[in-house]
Amino acid sequence: MKHGQGRTAVLLASVAGVALVAGAATAQTVKMGIPTFLTGAGAPAFGIPAKEGVELIIRGINNGELPAPYNSVGLAGRKIEPLIYDEAGGGTKQVTELRNKVQKDGVDLVVGYISSGTCAAVARVAEEVKVLTLLTVCGTPRVFEELVKKPKYLFRTMSHGTGNNTGAARYISSKFPELLKDGFIGLNQNYAWGQDSWRDFNLAMKIVAPDAKAAKKQQFPKLFSGQYGSEISALLRAKPKVVHSSFWGGDLEAFIAQANARGLFKRKTFILTVGETVAYRLGKKFPEGQIVGTRGPYGMYAVDNKSPLNQWFQKEFRKTYGSPPAQPAYQYAQGILGAKYAYDKAMKDNGGKFPTTDQVIKALEGATYTSLAGTVRMALSHGHQAVTEDRWGVTAWDEKRGEMVVRDVVVFPPDCVNPPDGVESVPWLEGGMKGAKCG
Amino acid sequence: MDTELLLIILVDGLVYASYLFMVSVGLTVICGVQKILNVTHGSLYAFGAYLCATILIVYAETGWPGAGAFVIMALTAIFLGIVFGIIIERGLLRFLYAEDEHIIVLATFAAFLILEDVLLLIWGTNPYIAAEPLALLGQTDIADLPFDNYNLSMILLSALVAAVLWYGLRRTTFGKMLLAVIFDRELAQSMGINVTRVFLLTFIVGSFLGALGGAYQAPAISVQPGIGVEVIVLAFAVVVIGGMGSIPGALIGSLVVGVARAAAVHLEPVLELFVIYMIMAIVLIVRPQGLFAPAKPRKI
Repeated sequence: MKHGQGRTAVLLASVAGVALVAGAATAQTVKMGIPTFLTGAGAPAFGIPAKEGVELIIRGINNGELPAPYNSVGLAGRKIEPLIYDEAGGGTKQVTELRNKVQKDGVDLVVGYISSGTCAAVARVAEEVKVLTLLTVCGTPRVFEELVKKPKYLFRTMSHGTGNNTGAARYISSKFPELLKDGFIGLNQNYAWGQDSWRDFNLAMKIVAPDAKAAKKQQFPKLFSGQYGSEISALLRAKPKVVHSSFWGGDLEAFIAQANARGLFKRKTFILTVGETVAYRLGKKFPEGQIVGTRGPYGMYAVDNKSPLNQWFQKEFRKTYGSPPAQPAYQYAQGILGAKYAYDKAMKDNGGKFPTTDQVIKALEGATYTSLAGTVRMALSHGHQAVTEDRWGVTAWDEKRGEMVVRDVVVFPPDCVNPPDGVESVPWLEGGMKGAKCG
Repeated sequence: MDTELLLIILVDGLVYASYLFMVSVGLTVICGVQKILNVTHGSLYAFGAYLCATILIVYAETGWPGAGAFVIMALTAIFLGIVFGIIIERGLLRFLYAEDEHIIVLATFAAFLILEDVLLLIWGTNPYIAAEPLALLGQTDIADLPFDNYNLSMILLSALVAAVLWYGLRRTTFGKMLLAVIFDRELAQSMGINVTRVFLLTFIVGSFLGALGGAYQAPAISVQPGIGVEVIVLAFAVVVIGGMGSIPGALIGSLVVGVARAAAVHLEPVLELFVIYMIMAIVLIVRPQGLFAPAKPRKI
């Protein structure tokens, strides 16, 4: 044999060997692509806590540490092989990333996504490349109402944004109607999330508090503006005592610092729809007496939930990361538990054999599964969109615990704040929330 | 419109203008002397904010007098101005002065991207909040609205920086040398001015101003990844409006944008996002070289 041929043979044998080893490794695991913000403005308040929640819940699943009903190892017996990657860079980049994860890395499913912009960008692509995709945090209702009306591979494992703003409107109007005497005003970032949040809240308020009028001028500062002096002056001058805001991340932290220095929170009551994401980080600097939400029963609302599953998560998270788990940690963990539920159920339905993707999809469609702090019902959009209860309360500093807590909590059932199946969010709100069941 | 509202718009506008001036003046100084659009200016702002916030957090726990925070801001800016000024000017720019301006912009952009990653390596992705100095100076009521004195003090700081720069340029030997270099680099060199030294000192001063902007802003913002990008976009807009390399231009550009933005927020909030770039577009159409662009000598 010539030297050249020998080298080729050795090379081919090596490649074949590597392929066999790789094949053997993937056969024993479920490859899960997990996009979350690891860099950029979305990382600190959302991406990093989400990643921590992911790492913890996967550790629990792979080691069989979780209490019932998830006390078996892996997904349908196979351990999760996580590929955590950065969601930063915008929709176009994430579409490429998704294709790469499916076509090059061979992921079996994708669980994640925080930004509504990213979800809108990848929604159709997930269907096109036929990869089971569980959206975890992004809130835009457009995903299933406009972009993918008949989903097969795409799911979302938490309520969309409409439910959250409807819950906010129900809470303020029922709990503190006296604050609405002079109406209400909005301070939201000038992009899809901020504008949609204000639209939904405003529409919901027209139904639940028709006498309270929205101020004529709403504030829509630029995303990542960082400077809010003029907006704070405008809010201080405005008559309404109630301010609705879907601010998040560094913008929210900067706003709180600047507003605290000017005493804004002493004169106005804020409804901070995702305020909980920074409440633990800011500690005592987070204003007391403000209304905060988590688009469900997560984070601060789950601290006292006594279910063994939730208590395991709370205890292990605090032990591992030295801080309490905020809502993104819960929301990502909820997505992964959804995957575990579906794989395990599909295996059972398949006579104990490892299921196909189609069998997993069938198991998750329309399912009701136990999450860390409540039940997730895949009730909307042909069983692909989840609904959960929505909790609202007022912030207070708990000296004994040394952390921010919520008081005066009201729990809204899923059917009270979400549109019924087959009805889109905006027409539902405009039509007077027909079919809402608040018990 | 009532006088109270006018007064509030003016105060809000001045506060925002002083912020814009602080983040753009260093850029315009370097642009004027070295004819460089220095994208690393955003990194200097970010490093100033990060380093200052980190030290302020530690300082707050010592219980030492709050006034020390202002000394920390100044020292942070001086330290970063010298270190980064020397590293970037001597390590990168001096090899590129003979190259086309576009190449230099791309080189500073590359350095900016590297420095963004260095920030992440050092400080990670978590934001830093050092808001203690914000409460230190108390509040002042203007037209029945409380304003925090820390942000009002930025107006004074900007005025001080503008005055020092004006004095330095017009009344000192180094300033006159600088003006000579701005007017004609080759002629200044032939007259015996050490242009290499002038360039280095200018870059250190520009870097110091960028870092000072970040350090002084640190208590009022959430210091987190990406703040350098936001600042550099705004600073470019101000420099384009005022005229590349003009300090009075940066001052007037900041004032125009600051007051226009404050007016938009109070009178027609939907225009807030639009107003800065609308002004920039109008200036580019009417006077493409900017409002106060320095005169260029015609070479024969």
